[in-house]
Amino acid sequence: MRATRTRRTLAIGLAAGVLVAGAAACSSDGGSGDDTGQTTLTIGLFGDFGFGPLYEEYMAMHPEITIEERIAEFADHHTNLTQRLATGSGAADIEAVEVGFISQFTAVPDRFHNLLELGADQLEDRWLDWKWQQALSQDESALIGLGTDVGGMGVCYRTDLFEAAGLPIDRAEVSALWPDWDDYVDVGRDYLAATDGSFFFESSGQMFRAMVEQAPVGVYDTENNIIAESNPAVTDAWDTTVEAIEAGMSNRLDAFTPEWTAAFGQGTFATIICPAWMTAYIETNAPEASGLWDVAAVPGGAGNMGGSHLVLPAQGDHPEEAYALIEWLTAPEQQLKVFQETGNFPSTPELYDDPEMTGLRKEYFNNAPIGEIFTESALEIEPQYQGPLQGDVLATIGQGLGRIEDGAQTPEEAWEQVLADLESLA
Amino acid sequence: MTTAPPTGPVGSILEHSPRPVDQPPGELRDRRGPGRWRLWRLDRAVSPYLYVTPFFLLFAAFGLFPLGYTAWVSMHDWSLLSDQHPFVGLANYRELVADPYFWNALKNTISILLLGTVPQLLLALLLANLLSRRLRGQSFFRMGMLLPNVASVVAVAVIFSQLFGRDFGLINWLLEQFGVGRINWQAGTASSHIAIAVMITWKWTGYNALIYLAAMQAVPGDLYESATLDGASPLRQLRSITIPMIRPTIIFTVIVSTIYGLQVFAEPQLFAGSGQDSVTGGASRQFQTLTLYLYEHGFHRGFQFGYAAATAWVMFGIIVLAAAANYLLVRRIRSTT
Repeated sequence: MRATRTRRTLAIGLAAGVLVAGAAACSSDGGSGDDTGQTTLTIGLFGDFGFGPLYEEYMAMHPEITIEERIAEFADHHTNLTQRLATGSGAADIEAVEVGFISQFTAVPDRFHNLLELGADQLEDRWLDWKWQQALSQDESALIGLGTDVGGMGVCYRTDLFEAAGLPIDRAEVSALWPDWDDYVDVGRDYLAATDGSFFFESSGQMFRAMVEQAPVGVYDTENNIIAESNPAVTDAWDTTVEAIEAGMSNRLDAFTPEWTAAFGQGTFATIICPAWMTAYIETNAPEASGLWDVAAVPGGAGNMGGSHLVLPAQGDHPEEAYALIEWLTAPEQQLKVFQETGNFPSTPELYDDPEMTGLRKEYFNNAPIGEIFTESALEIEPQYQGPLQGDVLATIGQGLGRIEDGAQTPEEAWEQVLADLESLA
Repeated sequence: MTTAPPTGPVGSILEHSPRPVDQPPGELRDRRGPGRWRLWRLDRAVSPYLYVTPFFLLFAAFGLFPLGYTAWVSMHDWSLLSDQHPFVGLANYRELVADPYFWNALKNTISILLLGTVPQLLLALLLANLLSRRLRGQSFFRMGMLLPNVASVVAVAVIFSQLFGRDFGLINWLLEQFGVGRINWQAGTASSHIAIAVMITWKWTGYNALIYLAAMQAVPGDLYESATLDGASPLRQLRSITIPMIRPTIIFTVIVSTIYGLQVFAEPQLFAGSGQDSVTGGASRQFQTLTLYLYEHGFHRGFQFGYAAATAWVMFGIIVLAAAANYLLVRRIRSTT
């Protein structure tokens, strides 16, 4: 969920171009070595993980390694990875996998190098327990990925818009406004009543997803059945979101579209669900709004939204070298640097009482203690089981909300179609 | 045209040739003996086939074989993710015909085809007619026609998607200046189809105009002269001389545009923005075309190649039918003079 726009557009463009030409996607095998002992490691990411300076550092320490980064758009990245794993060629030595897709890959552990055999068995304590678990195969005999960041949530809000609406702007007071989601919707009503021409939040899909991620059980049960229809946590989240849509709170923006990006600068919405990685987006999307944004607690308690693992596809020829690199990239010291650079929140608990980490403030966010806010939120996260098509299920429900927003369907019709679509998905 | 064209230079050579074309010149037959003669006969019989062979070999490898293989795949439950590909006969086709989303995609495709092709070809005809007159900077205008076609379809789609943006798009800004109000182009069925049709029209009008222009250059000028003497208006000349005279070219452009229009992919995909919408053509599938539908099943969820292959074959059938129907329709253009 970290695609920058240009790169994303470029990636879509390339993908579409390839398809239109009717050519099969093909690319050379991941890494390559030559006679001089130089090894090239390719690393496939979606969006910028903030690894740039770290590559330089690593290559300076290991002159025999050259690192090549490929960046694709979020959805394309995972589709392409699936395709390349299936056909057995074309994947990078190292690939990033977002949490919504990790279960799809832990189901086929033989397509990846088993990191337990490469040395990761010594490192279990490095990560949050659930982050480690997410990358384990079902029989726990193989580990396919090492965790990068986690997405503890907050709510980012525009202080200028809150002030204009007569709402408090202090982050503690704002947090106190919305202990749960119903309160959040109530604040939204007050906001809409007091202002004209702006919206309370950017996208209903994000609000819905945040609510679902907070529940102990989400859209899947542990037997990999989709339980969107029977899980009250999901249906309640749907109802609350629909209520907010019908009150006119949603700016109806699709995340990562140009409209969405532009809206940050224009200040057309007052709040956005803010997993740690979102702070980096806000900063890049609206550099001129520095000091206008602040971060408060998320309604409804803790939950994880997003975050990734780095995996090594079995087709890669340099498992040892690649493993050494991802072990280094995901080590606490490097995760701290990434956090300071971008806001992507570390998945390694030993940092959570590190003053360098907890003391981090971002000037852009009105000097909010984002280190402290996101650490608190990360510590409270209860892991939720993620099913194989987690990402697709959430996207399908998000489209249902989109149809209500577009006025194309009533909430009942939209839900009915969501259920039918989920049926054909499974 | 109702009458055969007057015998042109080509016809007269064939008809008044001093010797039949499949006989060698007299002195060759006499001096080199019967062996040479046979070789020469063989050369005449075989060489043409040799010359066209490379094309047909390539066509077999990259056209015919994939076509046949796709048909084979379409009769299997063929997922990229599994190693088993059981034969299922026509089950994929049955499932396809029963899927309302397929019919929705077909409807969208035809609607976008009509909106994107009919105005495009009419506009191209008018432009070509204007360009065929004497103009200052003729080459400049003619080259300019081709520029939109040179731009990559992705660039066109990205830029037009921004122009049609709901909140910050130029078109909505203009509409607002005129007091019409904003349109959420992506959200509506008609509005999204129009936006996509505009992209297609922008890209292909100039191209077709140039083809028409080339054909118009070959229309004998004296026809226009006599028409002018008879007092025919320029519009009447266009209708009664130009269009009937360039009929074969019109048939060609109609068929090519139909084929292109039925396979529109990049425009709706990029127009949708991001994520799931770019595969389903909007949250309500309001602008999902057949190729996007194929893409959704083949490359997005489950990698159901069998099902996607069945879709591809049905599309192939539809395109052949549409091209044939258009051919029959356009062939009816008759000279009224």
